[in-house]
Amino acid sequence: MDITRLIIVAVGGQGNLLASKVLGEAALLSDIPVRMSEIHGMAQRGGVVESAMVFGDAKSPIISDGEADVLLGFEPSETLRAMNKCSKDTRVITNLSPLPPFTVAIGNGVYPEIEDIKTLIKERTKNLIAFDALQLAKQAGSPMTMNIVLVGALIKSGVLPMSRKSVEQAIKSKTKKAFTEMNLKAFDLGFAAAA
Amino acid sequence: MHKLLNETDGKKIMLLGNEAIARGAIEAGVAFATTYPGTPSSEISTNLFQVSHETDLYFEYSTNEKVSLEVAAAAANSGLRTMCMMKHVGLNVAADPLMTLAYVGVKAGLVILTADDPFMFSSQNEQDNRYYGKLAGIPVMEPSSVAEAKEMTIAAFKLSEKLHEPVLLRTTTRINHSSAFVSFGKTEKIKTKGDFKKDPFNQVPVPAVARKLHVKLLENLAEAEKISETSEHNFITGSGSFGIICNGVSYLYATDAVKELGIVEKIKILRIGLSHPMPEKMIIEFAKGCDKILIIEEGEPFMEEKVKSILQEQGIVIPVHGKGENFFSRLYEFDPAMVKKVMADYFGIDYSPSVPVDTSKLPEIPQRPPNLCAGCSHRATFFEVKKAAQEMDTICPTDIGCYTLGFLPPLGMGDFLICMGASVSSSCGFSKATDKKVISFIGDSTFFHSGMTGLVNAVFNNHNFTLVILDNSITAMTGHQPNPGVDMEQMNLSGYNKVSIEKIVRAIGVEHVTIVKPFKVKKSIAAIKEALEYKGVSVIISQQICMLYAKSLKVLNPRPFKISDRCKNHRDCINEIACPSFYIKDERVNIDPDTCVGCALCAQVCPENAIVPLKK
Repeated sequence: MDITRLIIVAVGGQGNLLASKVLGEAALLSDIPVRMSEIHGMAQRGGVVESAMVFGDAKSPIISDGEADVLLGFEPSETLRAMNKCSKDTRVITNLSPLPPFTVAIGNGVYPEIEDIKTLIKERTKNLIAFDALQLAKQAGSPMTMNIVLVGALIKSGVLPMSRKSVEQAIKSKTKKAFTEMNLKAFDLGFAAAA
Repeated sequence: MHKLLNETDGKKIMLLGNEAIARGAIEAGVAFATTYPGTPSSEISTNLFQVSHETDLYFEYSTNEKVSLEVAAAAANSGLRTMCMMKHVGLNVAADPLMTLAYVGVKAGLVILTADDPFMFSSQNEQDNRYYGKLAGIPVMEPSSVAEAKEMTIAAFKLSEKLHEPVLLRTTTRINHSSAFVSFGKTEKIKTKGDFKKDPFNQVPVPAVARKLHVKLLENLAEAEKISETSEHNFITGSGSFGIICNGVSYLYATDAVKELGIVEKIKILRIGLSHPMPEKMIIEFAKGCDKILIIEEGEPFMEEKVKSILQEQGIVIPVHGKGENFFSRLYEFDPAMVKKVMADYFGIDYSPSVPVDTSKLPEIPQRPPNLCAGCSHRATFFEVKKAAQEMDTICPTDIGCYTLGFLPPLGMGDFLICMGASVSSSCGFSKATDKKVISFIGDSTFFHSGMTGLVNAVFNNHNFTLVILDNSITAMTGHQPNPGVDMEQMNLSGYNKVSIEKIVRAIGVEHVTIVKPFKVKKSIAAIKEALEYKGVSVIISQQICMLYAKSLKVLNPRPFKISDRCKNHRDCINEIACPSFYIKDERVNIDPDTCVGCALCAQVCPENAIVPLKK
């Protein structure tokens, strides 16, 4: 089975853990081997959370520089920071709604312009999918569903070996019952946004 | 029911490495578990703590790792299967009992888990704890994957019972914090009540007894070596004249690289899972068929030194490399591409590595360092101590916890740190060695862990410094574990006592003790000033529950503040307090109402009184 390597970068609290749980469950339902690893730089205290997921017949749970097949970014400047994981063939999918770090708020550092971030990624990789996932999450019913919006876009990109149906089933089993409908809507909106 | 107690009979579920280890212990019939929390090991104990509420498992958060291992040693010597978990540096604290426990041995299985942290994702050093196995003379086991971590935990209990010795189960962060599908096996029934049979001439190591016990330890070690030769955890895959000897996650990277480099025919791999004692005969046989050998291990050249010495004794002269320039580093953790490159270079294989995109011309992306939370009481205490001490020339030793982050600007409170508890004892040294005012910081859990003994030392030797105990009523950094100062009834748990830090401090003989509530700024600064002026040992206890913990207990109702139009843009709030709820928009400071919890620290600092509750 082919190997697909996915990097997810997010800021603590953006829900990337649930996103990777959903993808892991979908892989299980589709009988695709998967290993993942997570590093939280003290996530609850505002740091970056990076998850690596390796689908298919590989054993390593981590992804080296230049070896990601797809980079899913929950925050635009963090997507840009993780570019070292990409080669020119890497598919990049990113949310465009910024969450500036505190260092910017107190004037130590300048947050890059969103258009510049898009251009910098486009110049280096192919087929950037970039959109305001937070807006779509609010449309789905809650900003908390932004993670699932991005999962929708990821599945539409076709880079991962799992079907839409298996991911929808995973959303049903891994999200709280009260929020399942909202999350499925978020998934649809993300799926459509990546078209 | 807790998910690790499911009897799913072979069904696969996605588990974190730490959950897999906890499940392995449950399947092995663990009856007794002790720990002091420490990343990356913490989730093993969190899960066993939860499981203990539903089963006969005895679980405790001990005051430190030494205590934890001593409690565990007694349980295992009373015939109960026991697990003791800690992070790598925790084993330094527990090293004293470990060394002699190896002499005394155990009656039932005792597995000591040490979670090493190459790259120091959340640690102060990246020491390689395999050497503890060698130092103590006990077996060391190292899994390569999440699924194997579960199986190896079970095997470690069996090995411990076979040898009557504790077994060190050594993981690295990439095992603890990786997830994969794991199949559940059958669980052994727990033996809940032990019995201790008196045998002082084998269990009280006075010199005459210890001399006898050391002989027994070496016999056990020789037996362990025999087991290592045929252990299923030491195995050879593939065939070829290029040899690789590897352990842990490096085995995964090497296996993937062999495939990707297309050299399956050329390479054989010896995976070492029982790494102390090493299987000497197996290594000799392996080496005899090799033209050259590459040793792939994170950390220190533990296997490399042993392999080289074995081959030297046998007169086997082939190139053997591991650590060194153009090979592997002793620094940090490995990754698949790095392992692939060294393998390709050493074995002379052509390949085209993935080329990362050029990131050299990217603009500087603002850093996102971890920060004390919005509403964290430590920020208030640091600010107040800084204000109270602004006329003084200070040295501020700090300690291990969330509050270590107080060393960052603009608070800048934290000048020296080595290990748990050292804030207090190093203050003794600084106050004697210099003429500066010494003010040190320690958290509640760390005070119980190893701050108390330093404070006794300070009183006895009549040192001169101020200790600030940051008591936020929980072990916050590692994910809100209990400590002796925690009110367990808040967690709906009964059968515990609460130990008062104030009473301990007074009982030790500290004459100047001050209690402050850090969100009362003016009062706190005045009280702290007075404590700083005291000649001798003074202690300030700053009491305020951890904001995150209070939220989780649902006892905190956030009342966000805003910046009103009275603001004259002095920016004292941002420049001196730097709470992450602040942001600047259109050259004005604003407060994010979604993250502000209403601690009101900034409101008390603003010279214009411009910071007011959002809702009246």
